[in-house]
Amino acid sequence: MAAYKPVVVQTCPRLGEKITQDTLYWRGYKTPVQIKEFGAVNKIDFSPAPPYNYAVTASSRIHIYGRYSQEPIKTFSRFREAAYCATYRDDGRLLAAGSEEGSICLFDVSGKAPLRQFEGHTKPVHVVGFLSDKYRIFSGGDDYSSALWDIPSAREIISYSEHTDYVRCGCASKVNADVFITGSYDHTVKLFDARTKSSVMTIEHGHPVESVLLFPSGGLLVSAGGRYVKVWDVLKGGQLLVSLKNHHKTVTCLCLNSSGQRLLSGSLDRHVKIYSTTSYKVVHSFNYATSILSLALSPEDETIVVGMTNGVLNVKHRKPEEKNENSQKKRQPVYRTYMKGKTYMPKQEDFCVSKPVKRVLRKYDKLLRSFQSSKALDAVLEPPIMLHTPEVTVAVMQELHRRGTLRSALAGRDEKQVNLLLTFVARRVIEPRFTSVLVTVADMITDIYHPVVGQSAVVDKQFLKLKEAIGKEIDYQEELLEVLGMMDTLFATFTKKSLEENKSNGVKEIIQTNRSY
Amino acid sequence: LCPPVSPRPATAAGRPGPFGFANAFLPCRYLLCASGDFVKVYSVNTEETLRLMGGHADLVTGIQLNPHNHMQLYSSSLDGTIKLWDFMDGILIKTFNVGSKLLALYTLASAEDSVFVVIPKNGERDTFQLVSVKLTKGASQDLESKELSVVLDDVGPSMKHIAFGREGAYVVSVKGVNLQVYFFKRKLLNRFSLSTVKTKGDNRFSCVVCHPTEDCLATGHADGKIRLWYVNFHHKKEYTYSALHWHHDIVMDLAFSVEGTRLLSGGVESVLVQWHNESSCQKDFLPRLGSPIEYISLSSDGALCCTLHTDNRITIINSNLRFSRSIQGLIKSRDVKTGLVVDPRTKALVLNGEPGHLQFYSLQSDQQLFSLDIVQRQYIHEAGLKQSDLVKVAFSAQGTWLATVEESEEVTDPELQLKLWFYHEEEQSFQLNTRINTPHDNHITDMCFRDMDELGDDSLILVTTGRDCVFKVWVMVEDTDPEAQQSVSWTCDFVGSYHNYQATNCCFSEDGSLLAVSFEETVTVWDSLTWDLKCTFCHPPGNIRKICFGRLTCSKYLIGTTDYGFLCCWNLLTCALEWNAHLNVVVLQPDPLSEHIAAVSWLSKESSLFVFKPNEPRPIYIQRNLCKEKILLAAFVPRDEPEMISSEKYLWLRKSQPFFLTDTQELMTLSTKSLEERLTPSSKQLAVEESLPVTPFSLLLGKHRRQQAQEDIDLGKPVVHNKQEQASPAVKELLHTPAHVLPSASFLCTIFINSLLISKENKSAEEVADEVEMESEKAEDDSDEEDVTAMEQEDTSHMELLGEMPCKLSKSQEKELRRIRKTDYSWISAF
Repeated sequence: MAAYKPVVVQTCPRLGEKITQDTLYWRGYKTPVQIKEFGAVNKIDFSPAPPYNYAVTASSRIHIYGRYSQEPIKTFSRFREAAYCATYRDDGRLLAAGSEEGSICLFDVSGKAPLRQFEGHTKPVHVVGFLSDKYRIFSGGDDYSSALWDIPSAREIISYSEHTDYVRCGCASKVNADVFITGSYDHTVKLFDARTKSSVMTIEHGHPVESVLLFPSGGLLVSAGGRYVKVWDVLKGGQLLVSLKNHHKTVTCLCLNSSGQRLLSGSLDRHVKIYSTTSYKVVHSFNYATSILSLALSPEDETIVVGMTNGVLNVKHRKPEEKNENSQKKRQPVYRTYMKGKTYMPKQEDFCVSKPVKRVLRKYDKLLRSFQSSKALDAVLEPPIMLHTPEVTVAVMQELHRRGTLRSALAGRDEKQVNLLLTFVARRVIEPRFTSVLVTVADMITDIYHPVVGQSAVVDKQFLKLKEAIGKEIDYQEELLEVLGMMDTLFATFTKKSLEENKSNGVKEIIQTNRSY
Repeated sequence: LCPPVSPRPATAAGRPGPFGFANAFLPCRYLLCASGDFVKVYSVNTEETLRLMGGHADLVTGIQLNPHNHMQLYSSSLDGTIKLWDFMDGILIKTFNVGSKLLALYTLASAEDSVFVVIPKNGERDTFQLVSVKLTKGASQDLESKELSVVLDDVGPSMKHIAFGREGAYVVSVKGVNLQVYFFKRKLLNRFSLSTVKTKGDNRFSCVVCHPTEDCLATGHADGKIRLWYVNFHHKKEYTYSALHWHHDIVMDLAFSVEGTRLLSGGVESVLVQWHNESSCQKDFLPRLGSPIEYISLSSDGALCCTLHTDNRITIINSNLRFSRSIQGLIKSRDVKTGLVVDPRTKALVLNGEPGHLQFYSLQSDQQLFSLDIVQRQYIHEAGLKQSDLVKVAFSAQGTWLATVEESEEVTDPELQLKLWFYHEEEQSFQLNTRINTPHDNHITDMCFRDMDELGDDSLILVTTGRDCVFKVWVMVEDTDPEAQQSVSWTCDFVGSYHNYQATNCCFSEDGSLLAVSFEETVTVWDSLTWDLKCTFCHPPGNIRKICFGRLTCSKYLIGTTDYGFLCCWNLLTCALEWNAHLNVVVLQPDPLSEHIAAVSWLSKESSLFVFKPNEPRPIYIQRNLCKEKILLAAFVPRDEPEMISSEKYLWLRKSQPFFLTDTQELMTLSTKSLEERLTPSSKQLAVEESLPVTPFSLLLGKHRRQQAQEDIDLGKPVVHNKQEQASPAVKELLHTPAHVLPSASFLCTIFINSLLISKENKSAEEVADEVEMESEKAEDDSDEEDVTAMEQEDTSHMELLGEMPCKLSKSQEKELRRIRKTDYSWISAF
């Protein structure tokens, strides 16, 4: 004998992104603060030392912002033309920047005038960085060369001219003071060791390299260029680990979060994508107003700063952690009460009597079980159910329709209840998952109550509302069909083209246009 | 030598329901049930079929226990005979030939050597009479009993329309709106009739029962009312009745409890209603019994009640109205839409069962393995409701995935759902993985998995074809969330169509590289990698009914049948028609293990079977006139091990066995063995111990014995000898012969010693150990009667082995002993 089967409530999978730990984490930022810069923001760099100021390079200036300041707390504006790539040293006390005229300037964070100036590049210097021993600077310029400079003597140590196009990005290893990498528009990433005269390793990225990144361990290298982000294993001699193609325009910047578990990439397609560094799948993404040129995360992921092509700096601060004190206060059940007898292990000769499990049925299920259709419908027309779980209401209506008792359940209601029913139907009938059921319900209601139309202003108003909602939906569907027709035309032309191509190849095939369901 | 192959019903349960009625309980242990041409004996405790008594040539219409001997059973059949059985041993004792069709059978304790039967009246159609048949006495097994005396005229044909009153004093018959009561002693006939004018509903009688102790009878009516009549039988035309009303539709059967305090009723609602003290206010219900109740029967001691349902199922219910167990064979469903599918895992036949359920029917044991709830909705038994039911089923090659399609009966909005179930190894059941609402805009016509054993689950593809002119390809995708536990779901991968024709059938080639989809008159062949259309075949006129690919050596052929009676075979390499035949093929079924394809044709009211290989147009085997009914479905069930068949004609039966389902839902098979041979040995044995009631003493003794057996095993070797001497018949005889008739001990000594010796050709040590184990098992059996039948099969095989061996070893001794016993008597008389 079968037990009563409760009504199956059709739950639709929630559309859009799924709620994961990542989405919760990355959503925990406040509304962004927008700061207008003078030109496209080409570099943002956080000071590694507290209070974690950040340097923003835009046009011919370098602005230093405090953590919560809207105004720059310091400005370096000694550049005649554009400045590039202002980068902090590990201790946060020195700042290096390249410039359009080919010189590299070294600033003290507290001072104003450059401490050193390194001349040697003949073309603009787009990339500057400190090696991890703190006394050397590497640079790359549009003269296809990359160089290493000694800070104390302000002299060039070595210059490599192995690239065949502009050098636009670079990164120093954190574990080895002699190693740095540069990426160039000649589609390659080169790894240099300051102790040798030439590059140690060359990696073919396949597209002009816009940004490179070394993992803190130094073993993995990330390069971005074109639409691709590629991860390479340096220790295995530059083997490609994974190639990510999640952007639909050029990827311009890369960044790791503080824990090294997530990789962020910004692109001209106005998106920042966040990847898990274990599975290399996108776990979250941010949208921005315009194309992104630069991106930085502060230590502990407190702040995300994004620089755009139109010179807007977008700063997002993390919301302070909310402490759930309420859940802590909830009284725990007394251990003795709940554990009484639970620890007893039955012996072999004991005869165990199992208590039948009592099934809890919802109110509407109980009523449906005893064939009380009207009352079951009443039970699901309660405001909490109707508002928050409309699928339950619709499921019960469908079940009643299946039993052939929907009409009698809908009939014989007073003004207030009819009003309630019609409000529900008018609001939900346009939802595709409910449409088929609610159209039947609306049909029946109009059938049952059309003799009394005109007697109540409230009900009449609801009928008009229903009519309006349906009319709107029909218009909308018509428009959609028009769009579909247009797209079909486009598809047809595409098919024709490919058919011609196929014919020229001598292959005779019939191509079916397939629309994914 | 090969026995003739003949189509037989594989299981009598496949017939339209157990036609018989009387479910007689004997000491609450056996349940007797007429089923088709057979009478079945079930064990109430284990639900197992203990015995199948066959002998009637037509449907068994009634069975009744012999009121004078409860170990005997009368059965009547449409073939005009009454048979008397000893159902404990399954022996036919006597056959009484009555000569006309028997429609119902009744026995009375007061009526010596005569029984009552319902027979059609001579010369008139659809009128029946109740006659008493004098059972002639005689020594021979077959007797003629033509001595009939008419008791009542114009009775109903069903056994439910007649009931015998208290102590057999009167008989009541109902028909239409008329009620007749006939008193045997006074030879008085009273007639009453209900007025048809006053009442709104249809108040015709549907059944009648008599109170066991009072002058009271209960009648069920077509409008759902039950009327209790307190007939003042001494005065003519005086009667009163009270009505009980709960059922909303016809009352199918009624039964009084043994004391007469309770009345049970059942109907189409599939609710068993128990009325107390004949008052309408006090009643209990046992709801949701699954399907309409056809018959209700009570055991003689009142401890159990059983209901027989329209879908071929018997439910046993405790006296306190608790569901106890159910005996179910092949569940008869309203309409088998799913086709016959073989579950690759259990080799069970899978088809529609209860509404919304999928039944897994084991062919070996004639039992339902389990029933899988697919629709998962409360089923409401009511006429005119649009029910949703299962229409398509497909298994993946390994049986790990199951795809089901359900739709409601509505034509315009079928409410389609495609469900994919994954077999959960730990829970040993299918679990819902993906549910797809409205996979197609119109009815789904066919569905198949890509069967690829070697490529594993990654290559699994499901194809559905629909009347919305497309076919869809469904693939498994892994969930995208990296943090979530690895799980898969199904999604649509490709939608294909051909000239806006309705897609009707689909089929994958054996290697999975090609997909054939038929669109009305055309068969299209698609590449399953790129989903490109490769070629099309057409054989006008007529739509394609069924397609299938050849297998193994014939994998280059594609077979199709069309509406206008053509069977076509296309060669896929040349893309041309290889051969065709004019044959109205209804069913086309390829054997999964060989090249053979079975085609069943339907022509001029008979079904014929053709078995052929695609590479030659000449059939290997033809069986004309397979059966009179139209065969709708067929399936090949792989055998566990290839059967040894010597005849070349039946070689195609070697690896798998065909099963056919007719439009009357009769399941048939082709077999080289007779039915008796195919019966499992366990059903042959009616455990003797089982007839013993379980007393506290036997339980105590059983416990003691079990302990002893345990100790014996612990002791090890010496036990062998112990058991040996007990097992030897010579020793047994020696021990059982009374001491005063035995010759002197010195005379018997040599024989006794000899019988204890282990002869050389006796068992090896291994076998002996085996035997010990078995012996202990048997000892357990004695005590633990609940488990008897579970081990029966095992037991019997051992028993045979055991029974033979000691016999051989002591035959000479036995003879000698017998001879000695004969001489005994003279030796005593000499004193």
